[in-house]
Amino acid sequence: MASEIVVRDLNAYYGAHCAVEGVNIRFQAGAITALIGPSGCGKSTLLRCLNRMHEVIPNTRVDGQVLLDATNLYAPGVDATLLRQRVGMVFQRPNPFPTMTIFENVVAGAKLANHVRDRHTLADIAERSLRRAALWDEVKDKLHRSGTSLSGGQQQRLCIARALAVEPDVLLMDEPASALDPISTTKIEDLMRELKGAFTIIIVTHNMQQAARVSDYTGFLLAGENTPGQLIEFDETSKMFTTPKDKRTEDYITGRFG
Amino acid sequence: MIVVSALSAGIAAAVLVIVVLYVIGKGAPALSVSFFTQVPRPVGIPGGGVANALLGSLVVIAIASALAIPVGVLAGIYLALFGRGRLAGAVRFLSDVLTGVPSIAIGVFAYALIVLPTRHFSGGSASLALAIIMLPIVVRTTEEAVRLVPHVIREGALALGMPVWRAVLAVTVPVARPGIITGALLAIARVAGESAPLLFTAFGSQLFSNPVTSPTAALPLLIFQYAISPYKDWQQAAWGSALVLIVVVFALNVAARVAFRSRFASR
Repeated sequence: MASEIVVRDLNAYYGAHCAVEGVNIRFQAGAITALIGPSGCGKSTLLRCLNRMHEVIPNTRVDGQVLLDATNLYAPGVDATLLRQRVGMVFQRPNPFPTMTIFENVVAGAKLANHVRDRHTLADIAERSLRRAALWDEVKDKLHRSGTSLSGGQQQRLCIARALAVEPDVLLMDEPASALDPISTTKIEDLMRELKGAFTIIIVTHNMQQAARVSDYTGFLLAGENTPGQLIEFDETSKMFTTPKDKRTEDYITGRFG
Repeated sequence: MIVVSALSAGIAAAVLVIVVLYVIGKGAPALSVSFFTQVPRPVGIPGGGVANALLGSLVVIAIASALAIPVGVLAGIYLALFGRGRLAGAVRFLSDVLTGVPSIAIGVFAYALIVLPTRHFSGGSASLALAIIMLPIVVRTTEEAVRLVPHVIREGALALGMPVWRAVLAVTVPVARPGIITGALLAIARVAGESAPLLFTAFGSQLFSNPVTSPTAALPLLIFQYAISPYKDWQQAAWGSALVLIVVVFALNVAARVAFRSRFASR
């Protein structure tokens, strides 16, 4: 089931440095939301706050609330590992586990996080996840080869399959195509449209065309010289790219800076 | 300048080759089947071997490894992944210090800790001394190996909802495994030839004995005792043992290199 995420008054810090300040945003269930903005605007940091991966980095801190279907992820007693099984993540660079085969990579989360043991169940999960990630036909005959033997684009779809195998409600994607060639990028974007509806997808991208192509909603973040990243504008993507309300959004999407 | 340094490199290589060839030349004639299967015979009686020293060394080193490697690997993982506080700084500093402590001093420590209270020499006390020498080597090589694993790999595991310890054991450590094995093998190679800490722990023996609770023979001790003896056949046995020791250490080093290389091989 796709879930809604509501962010309330979120501040994120690295040590004493505040990277994101005062963000309020509602990510609609089953939709694709893009977060855009120039480098250093805090869009990746904001994304990492949504599955509590921000706190994996030493000396970091988060204030405010992130509500996943009305449960605050930052409330005391919330188990970050269980939460991350509901909010999956795909990283900028494909990061298949190097010592594992393609099959082992796909079922790694199901096995080591969801504790699925049965071999037939695992085989079913692997096939279903690889089909969903549009990779099954390319790898079905070499499931026991190393995950790192695949091309970059295939590795990234393998990582998407790996995230889907845990059956999340939300999929976070941190510039998932920025390290890939245009054909692989197209495949990832097609895949996102396929997955939409079944999953809430939030994608960070520095590529405005990509945001315009795939997303339903867009948030624009901007950091000043000495001020933390803030959400400048949030709207339906079609409105955002045709009639932005804020001058800074207009400047950014028309390529005047960033 | 280049000529001088090339010459020095040549000298370094030549010394190594001369030592190895000399030991092979002197030691090879001593090797036979009985050398590996029999205990020493009394002086003057031909035949006999160093089987008791081989077994003693094997058991003493095996127990030392069993003590040092698990602790060292876990400590190294801790330092690499969670080691930011004061405890980690202290562990790092102490293991650096421990690396520099002369091995004979560690032998004295094992002597005071085990040999004196039990009132007899034992292979077990030798194992403890060697384990203490191995520990910092294993800790620091493991830390380096684990630190080299890209953090995006571990983040990938955490983002799937694995508990931290699972992500470490199932994902990070397997990637670092070749480096960890290399460190363990190098630590074994390092202590295989140690003789000073054995002098007053294992002590030596002419017979098969229980290599844990009794005084036991070991190759480096046997080399020392036989080489300085006045008897021709004992000296011969010392050369043979030296050759065996060199081959074992060389093999461990080669194994360590092979293990490290396999890190980049695809399966």
